[in-house]
Amino acid sequence: MNILVFVEHRDGAIKKASLEAVKAAAGIASGMNATVTAAVLGAAVGAPESLGGYGANKVVQVADARLDLYSSTAATAALAAVAAREAADIVFLSATAMGKDLAPRLAVRLDGALVPDVTALQVENGAILATRPVYAGKALEKVQIMTAAQVYSLRPNVFSAGAASGDVCPVEQFDAGLTDASFAVKSTGTTIASGKLDVAEAAMIVSGGRGMQGPEHWPLIENLASVLHAATGASRAVVDAGWRPHAEQVGQTGKTVSPTLYVACGISGAVQHLAGMSSSKVIVAINKDKDAPIFQTADYGIVGDVFEVLPAFTDALKQHMGS
Amino acid sequence: MNIFVCISHVPDTTARILVGGDGKSIDPSGVTFILNPYDEFGVEAGLLLKEAHGGDVTVVCVGGDEVKETIRKAFAMGADKGIHIKTASARDSFGVARAIADVLKDRSADAVFCGRQSIDYDGWQVPGLIAEMLGISSVTAVSSLTIDAGGAVTAERDIEGGKETIVTALPAVIAAQKGLNNPRYPKLQGIMAAKKKPIEEIEPAPFENRVRVVEMTKPPIKAAGRIVGQGADAVPELVKLLHEEAKVI
Repeated sequence: MNILVFVEHRDGAIKKASLEAVKAAAGIASGMNATVTAAVLGAAVGAPESLGGYGANKVVQVADARLDLYSSTAATAALAAVAAREAADIVFLSATAMGKDLAPRLAVRLDGALVPDVTALQVENGAILATRPVYAGKALEKVQIMTAAQVYSLRPNVFSAGAASGDVCPVEQFDAGLTDASFAVKSTGTTIASGKLDVAEAAMIVSGGRGMQGPEHWPLIENLASVLHAATGASRAVVDAGWRPHAEQVGQTGKTVSPTLYVACGISGAVQHLAGMSSSKVIVAINKDKDAPIFQTADYGIVGDVFEVLPAFTDALKQHMGS
Repeated sequence: MNIFVCISHVPDTTARILVGGDGKSIDPSGVTFILNPYDEFGVEAGLLLKEAHGGDVTVVCVGGDEVKETIRKAFAMGADKGIHIKTASARDSFGVARAIADVLKDRSADAVFCGRQSIDYDGWQVPGLIAEMLGISSVTAVSSLTIDAGGAVTAERDIEGGKETIVTALPAVIAAQKGLNNPRYPKLQGIMAAKKKPIEEIEPAPFENRVRVVEMTKPPIKAAGRIVGQGADAVPELVKLLHEEAKVI
């Protein structure tokens, strides 16, 4: 048996979420007597052999430069061709913007089914059981795909990639036979805010809510984030008020995040916000209202004025990091 | 243009979710159901496309008789016609998409709008499933969209840290993201008209679910957090806890 893992890269750098998927596949493969093949699309990716360090037995690369920009239709065709070549019934992706777009098309192309946004995997009697949050995290569903072809997308930051072992694996080149028609849907380019971490990918997030009282106070959030190398997030109220861009919104109508550390500043903790961040590993809340619901979800809370606590927290962390 | 919008009948965002007696689905008693918020962006996008290029807007919804109220909500916003695909038992996402694709395949759809996700199963899958089943284009998480009279599509989709520009052509499935538009509020006239608009009922072909639910559970209840202290004086203790106990810094 063989598990295929779709490995994403941006500007040649392999995404951390993909390393997590490779490592998770290796864990599942060891319980099923299976091997792991990583699929890399495009010519630009750097050092694909390093995926061996996360548990891939080999890499199949479709080094077609047209694939360096995302095309859902071409990626579907290419991955289906790689899966057929490698006799892989099981495919792992990451539940990233690209993975979420691609996975359903691939599941249909393989005549299988998809379990999206998986947060836990286990093997029981030779079958994969996948757990995923539903109803905005208010319930968990454990499911099993009954078709031979199975596609799973894994929520980023939930499975650990660990450190690379230093092993390398062979890289095979494969021509997937793509034609111009394969690129019926294609990206013509991306605009990425430079130097800004995205909340969906960040290991740490500092988020602000209504309690920040206005966009002019965001330097307090940004300073703390800068010390922690964290992304900045925002509550829905703040985005709807136009203080911050929608890309920063954490919660039900924004992004779902699972960072190692989530610092909620002046956020009361509406159920829609909690839906997006309650799977964070450690949550710190700073709010002047001691009855704010966020304190029920937070691991550590400070009851106090964000305008006093944030500068003190930033200074204390600077000292801590320096020592 | 022949415009379709797939809509979903889902529990309100603030609904309390309890697991039902079967241990595999929610207990719907006492839960208020609404038109999936992301689908409102889809309905609005359909109406805007009709206003720009003509045609009509048909909403499609899969479920029991209770979904008719949700179809009427889309009518009140301005949709022209409805299709209710009647299912007696719960279908997985593949089954929902299969039923919709079976209905759409003979109706020469130009544009099919959806929300990026329904807020019950949060799967982000039905738009891509339908498109691949129909063999047409798809773009998901769309926050900006231009469709010209010739059917050329330019869409911006949200990706990590920015936006991606996608080009394709109709027919296409477009999954709407917040930011795409501002869904209109139904006017009284629209609400009155909604009662008279036609809903076509369709019995779908039998379908066997491809995904088996083993169990549904409530997430483990987290112990309430610790209040470290009041004001800036509590900061040194917080830093110590984050370093020594939580080990995150």
